[in-house]
Amino acid sequence: MVAIILVIVLVLLVVWYISSYNGLIRTRTHVQESWSQIDVQLKRRNDLIPNLVSTTKGYANYEQSTLKKVIALRNQLTEVPAGDHQQTMEVSNQLSTTLRSLFALSENYPDLKANTQFTQLMEELTNTENKISYSRQLYNSSVASLTVKIQSFPSNIVAKVHHFQESDYLQVPEEEKTAPKVNFDDFGQDK
Amino acid sequence: MLYDQIAMNKRRTGYVMFGFGVLTLAIGAALGYLFWNSWLSGTVIAAVVAVVYMLIMISQSTNVVMSMNHAREITDVSQAPQLWHMIEDMAMVAQVPMPRVFIIDDASPNAFATGNDPQHAAVAVTSGILSRLNREEMEGVIGHEMSHVRNYDIRLQTIALALSAAIGLLVNFASNWFWWGGSRRRDDRDSGGNVIGLVISVFLIILAPLAASIAQMALSRNREYLADASSVELTRNPQGLISALEKIDDSAPMKEADPNSAALYISDPFKHKQKFADLFATHPPMADRIARLEKM
Repeated sequence: MVAIILVIVLVLLVVWYISSYNGLIRTRTHVQESWSQIDVQLKRRNDLIPNLVSTTKGYANYEQSTLKKVIALRNQLTEVPAGDHQQTMEVSNQLSTTLRSLFALSENYPDLKANTQFTQLMEELTNTENKISYSRQLYNSSVASLTVKIQSFPSNIVAKVHHFQESDYLQVPEEEKTAPKVNFDDFGQDK
Repeated sequence: MLYDQIAMNKRRTGYVMFGFGVLTLAIGAALGYLFWNSWLSGTVIAAVVAVVYMLIMISQSTNVVMSMNHAREITDVSQAPQLWHMIEDMAMVAQVPMPRVFIIDDASPNAFATGNDPQHAAVAVTSGILSRLNREEMEGVIGHEMSHVRNYDIRLQTIALALSAAIGLLVNFASNWFWWGGSRRRDDRDSGGNVIGLVISVFLIILAPLAASIAQMALSRNREYLADASSVELTRNPQGLISALEKIDDSAPMKEADPNSAALYISDPFKHKQKFADLFATHPPMADRIARLEKM
């Protein structure tokens, strides 16, 4: 009888160990996947910027200094080592801010705003900017769930044995809206 | 927490579906009792009708709902780049696949989502909402719709719609029979004890559609609050959804909407005045929704 109980307990322990290990692996893969989402968007933006330069070429006086800054940041972004997420995002955030001011300035150029190629490009770039910020949001939430798993008992035992590392959160730029506190308690019931 | 809410939602969905099922079978039983003096045959017929309706709805729901609301499908990003990109963004943060995209040519701003599960979902918006709302507001609305998809509200609505339709069919069938077949059946009755059964049956048939629609509406109202909250969780921008709801509230009713799909829309497409608080309303009062969002 005791032997049977011991075997059952042992089997349960093994099952628990395997499932928490797999859970950790799954969460870590989510973190990596969501980083590659960001990466795809960053590359896409880098590909779009030369188009922006060529589209605005005809408008000789169009914000040359801002445009130069955009190109400089774009080139800087390609030189950041691939593994350095924090620095990549820092340069990327500067690039986002500069692009945003470039868009705001385009209001002063009615000719340019009438150009369909330019408006299409604006939509593409806006879309990429949005996707960058949404995939960063996704990245941070998957980092959060990995952190919880690595730190909380009992999955922290498995994490320690297999040397799971916590990932760093990506900093959200100051000028972006601060995340509101979502309180679901108010929302479940009909009043 | 959101996950608790989703779990509670699923549980509540279970109860309601169970209630719906019992109601459908009870009507079948009442019908059988009235017309063939047999509870069982009526129950079996009701079960068959309900299952057939559900199968039809589940396999065809998106196409049926979309054609009832005169929606046309957008199949390529170039046809509506902004809308397409926003739905892509929201699908990404909600971690569901990209749904099918539809546009309804109607000047009134509104939107809805339908389908069976996140893998087979569709989102429709009116041309009016595209022209009136800015990007932040649209993201709030799309976030609301994607939350319906992620929370499986769309499947619940599909099944509820099918069961209400099945109940409607059975009751219709019963009331027709009352007119030209009912009296003959009553002559056959010999004992007084059956009067109680008769009264209960008639009551059931009269009250069932009412109960079905009240249940459907209550379900729908709760889900609107939850989808509003989830939308803010996705966009991190309550102000966008608040001003979207304000704009939607301050507009004329829709012309193209189908009455049976009213509960699907983000806001009541017919702009019913909400006097009775609000057993039959498909949507909670807009002021209340906005007030809850403002507290975030």
